[in-house]
Amino acid sequence: MKSFSYERVATAAEAASALGRTKGAKIIAGGTNLLDLMKLGIEAPDHLVDVNGLGLDKIEETAEGGLRIGTLVRNTDMAADARIRADYPLLTRAVLAGASGQLRNKATTGGNLLQRTRCPYFYDTAMPCNKRKPGSGCAALSGASRQLAVIGGSEACIATYPGDMAVAMRALDAAVETVRADGTTRSIPLDQFYHLPGTSPDVENDLAADELITHVTLPAPVGGEQTYTKIRDRASYAFALVSVAVIRHSDGSGRVAFGGMAPKPWRAEEADAAMAKGAEAVTEIAFAGANPTEDNAFKLPLAQRALAKILHGKGE
Amino acid sequence: MTDTTRSRSSVTMTVNGTEQQLDIDNRVTLLDALREHLKLTGTKKGCDHGQCGACTVMVNGRRVNSCLSLAVMHQGDEVTTVEGLGSPEDLHPMQAAFIEHDGYQCGYCTPGQICSAKSVLEEIRAGIPSHVTRDLANVVMNDDELRERMSGNICRCGAYANILAAMKQVAEETA
Repeated sequence: MKSFSYERVATAAEAASALGRTKGAKIIAGGTNLLDLMKLGIEAPDHLVDVNGLGLDKIEETAEGGLRIGTLVRNTDMAADARIRADYPLLTRAVLAGASGQLRNKATTGGNLLQRTRCPYFYDTAMPCNKRKPGSGCAALSGASRQLAVIGGSEACIATYPGDMAVAMRALDAAVETVRADGTTRSIPLDQFYHLPGTSPDVENDLAADELITHVTLPAPVGGEQTYTKIRDRASYAFALVSVAVIRHSDGSGRVAFGGMAPKPWRAEEADAAMAKGAEAVTEIAFAGANPTEDNAFKLPLAQRALAKILHGKGE
Repeated sequence: MTDTTRSRSSVTMTVNGTEQQLDIDNRVTLLDALREHLKLTGTKKGCDHGQCGACTVMVNGRRVNSCLSLAVMHQGDEVTTVEGLGSPEDLHPMQAAFIEHDGYQCGYCTPGQICSAKSVLEEIRAGIPSHVTRDLANVVMNDDELRERMSGNICRCGAYANILAAMKQVAEETA
C-alpha cells in the first residue's frame, strides 16, 4: 500500500475544507471498501481524512414527516432503526441483503452510496479499465461479463453499481445532502447523484472534489407492500446478479427499482406506471434499449421473472 | 494546515482491558497492530480483504473485520480479541462449547468464529434483524438466523454444523 498522511476532523466543514486544500485527499469512514481497494493498489490516496468524529450518526425526523439519516449511521443501525423497520421496510430489507454482519457494523450510509463496482476488470490491475485508469480501455466488453451491466453502460464501461441500499433508496425517492469547502450545501435526488459512464466512467457521481455527503433524506413514508428480492450465486454474502425493490399499493400501482442491471440503481418512472399491467409491461419499458452481452443477457428474463413472482404474489 | 508529510500517527486504544499507546505507520491495520505490534496472535489473518472473517474482533462491543480498519482510526476505542474472552483455565462459554462440539478442525478460523458467534447471540437478543428475519418487528433465535448471521465467517474445513451446535448450546444455556 502506498504511504499516506492521516488526520481526524471534528466537523463536516473541516472535512470539506481538508478535501479542498489537500491534493489526493480522500474521506475515510467505515473504510470497508476503501481500505480493500488501497491494499490492491486500485485506490492510492495521498491523504486520508477520518470523518468518524463528525457526530453525523443520528436519524432525525424531518418537518415533512420523513427521515434524515446522518452519513455516519452504520448499516446495522439503519436496518435496525424502529422507524425504518416500520415505515421503510424496503430499506431495512435491502441493507440486510448486503455484505456480512461484521461489515454492516462498520460500513456507513455515505460510504455505502459511494462503494465502487466489483467488476473483475476494475479489480485486476493487470487489465485495462477506463474506470480505474481513464483511457486504458475496457477489458470487460470482450471478457467475462456475466455480472455486468445490461443497460446504461457505454463503449467505455459496462460496470454495474454493486450495492443494495441505494436501490431501495432510489425506489423511496431519497436525496443526498452535501456540503462543500465554502460552506454551501445542496440536496441531490439520488437519480441525479449517480452518473452513467458515458466517455468518463471514472466520474461516478455528482460530488465535486471538495464536497462531502452529510445526510440522506427520505420523504414521508409511502406505505404499500415493500419487498426487496436479491438473486445471487450464494444464499448470503454475495453481490446481486439481479435485485428488485418493489413498493406495491393495494390498487396495483407502485414503484420498482432494479439492482445489478446498470451502472446505477435502475428505475424508470414510466415503467412504474405500467405496474398494474404486470411484470412484462414494466420490464419492457424499464429495459427498453438494453444492450446485453452474450454472458449477461440472462439478466433480462431473470429481472422480469423476479418481478413477476412479487407481483403475482407467489411468495419470495 | 494539514500536515501531509507525516506517514505515522499515534493512537491510544484499550485492548482486552489494557490501555495501549502505539506510534505506528498509518497503513497498519487494526489486525496487524494486534498481531505484530501487541503480539496478540489469537486473531488470525486469512484473506486480509474482509471476506473470510478470521480477523473478527469486537470494537466497542461490536464485531468487525480488523483487517479492513486502520489502527490509527481506533483512538479511544475498546477492542476485545479472542484472548480477552477467556483463557485455557477460564474459558468463555462459547469457547467451551466449540471444544465440546468440535466446532473446528484445523482451528485457524476459530478465533474469528468464536468472536462472531458470541456477537451473533448478542445481536439477536438486541433485536437486530437479519436477511432471514420473517417479521422485522420480532427477531427470534433459530437455526436459520444463526446460519445467515455467520455468513461472514468461512471455515475451509467445513465445521459449520458443529459451530451451529455450539452456538445453539450457548444460546440455550444463557436464555
